[in-house]
Amino acid sequence: MTLQVRVWRGGTSGEFQSFEVPRYPSQTVLDVVTHIQRALDSTLAYRFACRVGMCGSCAMTVNGVARWTCRTHVDKVATDGALEIAPLRNLPVIRDLVTDMSQFFDKWAQARGQFAGGTTRNDDFAKVEPQSAQREQIDAAIECIGCGVCYASCDVVAWNPDYLGPAALNRAWTLVNDVRDTTNAQRLRAIAGDAGCHACHTHVSCTERCPKQISPTAGIAGLKRAVAKAALRGEL
Amino acid sequence: MLWILQRASAAVLALCVVVHLATMIYAVQGGLSAAEILGRTRGNYGWLAFYSTFVLACAVHVPIGLRAVLAEWVAWRSGSRDIALAVFAALLAAMGMRAVVGVFL
Repeated sequence: MTLQVRVWRGGTSGEFQSFEVPRYPSQTVLDVVTHIQRALDSTLAYRFACRVGMCGSCAMTVNGVARWTCRTHVDKVATDGALEIAPLRNLPVIRDLVTDMSQFFDKWAQARGQFAGGTTRNDDFAKVEPQSAQREQIDAAIECIGCGVCYASCDVVAWNPDYLGPAALNRAWTLVNDVRDTTNAQRLRAIAGDAGCHACHTHVSCTERCPKQISPTAGIAGLKRAVAKAALRGEL
Repeated sequence: MLWILQRASAAVLALCVVVHLATMIYAVQGGLSAAEILGRTRGNYGWLAFYSTFVLACAVHVPIGLRAVLAEWVAWRSGSRDIALAVFAALLAAMGMRAVVGVFL
């Protein structure tokens, strides 16, 4: 049994190259890419690290859908024994399956994704009740590992390149709900406006595709409410 | 602030559309003529206030929505877009109010 695989070659412009790859039980899409690079064409560029869904570096577009290739079994996606593997959408392609994720992470910084506490090492630990409403709201959101699947799946990012995107806004949402953080007024200013949370159309593609079952859409809706409240209070 | 305005105007519009449709369905039960409509709207301050609210909510809501459409579909994001939309909002309000006043007087 073999698999017909079309793999993107080149940069932003390029073309798909076809390969024939042997099928194995429990084969993942990352196994397929690795086989091509090791046995068929050593010039193929791709990115991976942990192979077990922890690092978030192997995300690619598989049959039109952004996925972690390491956690995607070929059985689940290879309709009619065929696979099409491309780099993540909405990011510049460096080569083949490798994208330049600088803008993706720069947007985390623009959304004030940095934690800014108000205590020193001499102060006692902050006590955050795990069952507190604010903490529970971000139980899932703090699990983001920055793989870029949501960003690649977001149509608003495709239409509005300045849009901060679901991951950066999800990060901002975790900090807005972090009682230790001291810079939320600046953060809400940073994520309001045309490039921020208000640009989201609630398509829910990010939530649908997130491999960690996070709902950035819910976080973004929360940010919209937080910004509206702050604006009405005159805090922005 | 634009987002708040759009949400608030959407809430107003939802109510206005329901009242407008319900009134239409109720009013046309036994057939309806222009004279009958004018008979009900002329000099009626209630309908003047209702349709003025309807028109002004449209004039607020529509340009804000169009603003996003223009940015995303034709990449028109400069200040000229906002000026054009302010003119469009004024035009919507003026034409709508002209109709409202037309059936009131």
